Amino acid sequence: MSPAVALLVRDVKLAWREGGAIGVALGFYLVVVVLMPFGLGPDLNLLARIAPGMLWVALLLAALLSADRIFHNDYEDGTLDVLTTGPLPLPLVAAIKSLAHWLTTGVPLALMAPVLGLLLNLPLDAMPLLVLTMLAGTPAVSFVAAIGASLTLGLRRSGLLLALLVLPLYVPVLIFGVSTVSMAIVGPGSPWPPFLMLCALSLASIVLAPFAAAAALRTGLR
Amino acid sequence: MISLANPTRFLGLVEIVVPWLTALVVILLGAGLYLSFFVAPPDYQQGETVRIMYIHVPSAWLAMGIYAIIAIAALGTLIWRHPLADVAAKAAAPIGATFTFVVLVTGSLWGKPMWGTYWVWDARLTSLLVLFLLYLGLIALWQAIEEPGRAGRAAAILALVGAINLPIIKFSVDWWNTLHQPASVFRAGGPTIDPSLLTPLFVMAAAFVALFVLLHLIAMRAEILRRRVRALQQSQVEHAALAGA
Repeated sequence: MSPAVALLVRDVKLAWREGGAIGVALGFYLVVVVLMPFGLGPDLNLLARIAPGMLWVALLLAALLSADRIFHNDYEDGTLDVLTTGPLPLPLVAAIKSLAHWLTTGVPLALMAPVLGLLLNLPLDAMPLLVLTMLAGTPAVSFVAAIGASLTLGLRRSGLLLALLVLPLYVPVLIFGVSTVSMAIVGPGSPWPPFLMLCALSLASIVLAPFAAAAALRTGLR
Repeated sequence: MISLANPTRFLGLVEIVVPWLTALVVILLGAGLYLSFFVAPPDYQQGETVRIMYIHVPSAWLAMGIYAIIAIAALGTLIWRHPLADVAAKAAAPIGATFTFVVLVTGSLWGKPMWGTYWVWDARLTSLLVLFLLYLGLIALWQAIEEPGRAGRAAAILALVGAINLPIIKFSVDWWNTLHQPASVFRAGGPTIDPSLLTPLFVMAAAFVALFVLLHLIAMRAEILRRRVRALQQSQVEHAALAGA
């Protein structure tokens, strides 16, 4: 097994076996979505109209909740120091850890979204597209979150700071992700242009973000 | 730029420049305020409220310009390790955030008579609101990391990430805005601005730029001195520890 694959397998296994990490994010996602109708009233038409936006915002918050774990545990026990001196270039390490975060947070959250969509009266035909946009958009979420996680490594109140640093950067993902689903439900245009923009955001984040995260890791580990 | 890398030489230059620059700011700001409040005619449609523009527009230019300065300074920190680049970026961030805040407040005050509400999710206002959040993130990161060297490099990386993201945010917000509401009537294309409005605007813009340079130099001086105090205190503590041992 090559070092890159080994690292990925290790990170995914740790996230599964550690317990809590994935479950807590899914539970948080559920709670946030359940709270919304209490604030907005149980009008199903209103809920159906704003469901894509609510599901996306709740997903961003749930994904951020676990984002400071991307590097934190490895930083605490010194694994990160070993990785920086190992055979893998640091940007690749950051990319693999972001990928592991996506596999263990982005994908489960995206797959859970249709269930929550039912609670919000989201039309059934929109469900496949909702999952598709979330699968396409969450890589950007995970890879950009890794920048924030590496910048706030080892700081006090790092979770709050991480949210302040990273959430503004999610504005484009949110806009194009919600637009794709809304376009499919109510129009006025084809859902594919915003969907392709979403894919472009994810691809650009996958390519660029690991370098920023690696640079930030170097400043933190010095 | 290289001769300025010596903080002592830079501080000497600041001492010379600050009085002259203060005079320039007072003159330009006085002239600009006089022109915009007493000379410039009220707009035939917007009446006296158009005078908000003379504060609003130069602040918006500076809000964006200062972020560009921070991004360039970030390159200076990461690539050339210029000792003053980090100081310049750190000193500029609160000033930029303040100008962005001024844009948002004046924009919302202008929006009340024009749009009938204090806040409209207009594309430009929304983009500047996101810019304000990016400024807050930068300032928070500087505050959170105690060691100045690490804080400077981390903030530089964040500033560059933000600089790459800003055009994307601007584009996506514009796209989102056209999707949700037709372009605001009084902004779309805009009638060509009469010179009687343009002169005060440019004088105010020059005054704001001078004001920024003045505030920036003073803030940089304060930051350099703060770091010296910090270094002195640290060495005192070390001496005390050695004497005690």
